[in-house]
Amino acid sequence: MTAPIEAAWAALEELTDPEIPVISLRELGILRDVRQGADGLEVVITPTYSGCPAMGQIEDDVKSTLANAGIAARVVTQLAPAWTTDWMSEEGKAKLHAYGIAPPHQTPAGSNVVRFIARPARAETVPCPLCGSANTVESSHFGSTACKALYKCLDCQEPFDYFKPY
Amino acid sequence: MKPAIDYLLHLADNALVLGQRNAEWCGHGPILEEDIALSNVSLDLIGQARLLYQLVASLKGGNCTEDRLAYFRDTHEFRNYTLLELPHHGPLSGYAQSSMDYGTTIVRNFLYSALMALLWEALEKSANADLAAIAGKSLKEVRYHLRHSRDWLVRLGDGTDESHARVQAALDHLFPYTQEFWAQSPAEAQAIAAGIGVDVTTLQADWDAIVDAALAEATLVRPPVGGYVTEGKQGIHSEHLGFLLAEMQSLARAHPNGSW
Ligand SMILES: [Zn+2]
Repeated sequence: MTAPIEAAWAALEELTDPEIPVISLRELGILRDVRQGADGLEVVITPTYSGCPAMGQIEDDVKSTLANAGIAARVVTQLAPAWTTDWMSEEGKAKLHAYGIAPPHQTPAGSNVVRFIARPARAETVPCPLCGSANTVESSHFGSTACKALYKCLDCQEPFDYFKPY
Repeated sequence: MKPAIDYLLHLADNALVLGQRNAEWCGHGPILEEDIALSNVSLDLIGQARLLYQLVASLKGGNCTEDRLAYFRDTHEFRNYTLLELPHHGPLSGYAQSSMDYGTTIVRNFLYSALMALLWEALEKSANADLAAIAGKSLKEVRYHLRHSRDWLVRLGDGTDESHARVQAALDHLFPYTQEFWAQSPAEAQAIAAGIGVDVTTLQADWDAIVDAALAEATLVRPPVGGYVTEGKQGIHSEHLGFLLAEMQSLARAHPNGSW
């Protein structure tokens, strides 16, 4: 890696998700690449959900952080390959868990729509991030944001968010 | 380029119009969780519409923008399925606001999501790489929309006498509108010929399987279809779209180029 690319990675490392401030954009898999393009440095980001209101904020954060660090770079938004929770780093998942959000399972490989709906019960067990119990139940497919579902622990009785596989 | 634009507008308008309809529940949901769920579904749909409008704007060039496409086209220029613009109630229920029926909302979302789960998957192979990329993202989202509406369809259909009757009535009312899915428009034919679009009739058997399995679980009866086939995707709409657009577009038209 060349010095400007390393400097950009280092500067952007401090950026966290606007709604989950414990996890960095790199750990979330939103910050995909820093590369030398034809017209200079390019920072590649991939949006999460199409309607995620945080994406505008994230792009602004990336631009202002680069500007403050004196790094001239263009921000490139890349749709394909589509962002997936499988890109989330292990350290990122551990931070989510410590923050009280159950981290996402691996996305089911190549599952068709009919199988997706059928939903194998065992694969969907989401352990409570507070007490570790597997005795949990989904209360709503959609939590405070589109990326999360709302669960309830039947042992410690606490509600919690589950970051859905995407 | 023309076939791509007409087809992309059809997909975008579907997402925007249903997103706007679902958003009417924001602050009025039957329970807090459903208020939040429908708002999240709307955000996804409006996000999908934005990506598609941005793509159309880049193909058209000039001073075309996503906002221009969403806020400054009139009823006859919209290319959405008629199903998606109907209010949240049956044909003879009076005012939209006073008689919003959640069963109608759920049935509509289920019928459309079942189609789009199949269509987005097929469109991942579109010859238009940008559309294929949007399809890949949208597929991940619509699967959750389908799961959500299907669960509620089963819960309401296999629920109380009242919930069963209401969701069956909604199904009887809305199901004939799905005929429009399978009646190919000239714009669709052109897009298919160009390798951009997908012939939805090739998805019909899978759609039937998803729908029939859910209806059986929900103890609902699949209504017969027949009669007038709507042509919303060709710009011929019901009287309801004008009111929806008036509400959605009035602010942007009162303050053109405003930003905040
Ligand atoms: Zn617990």
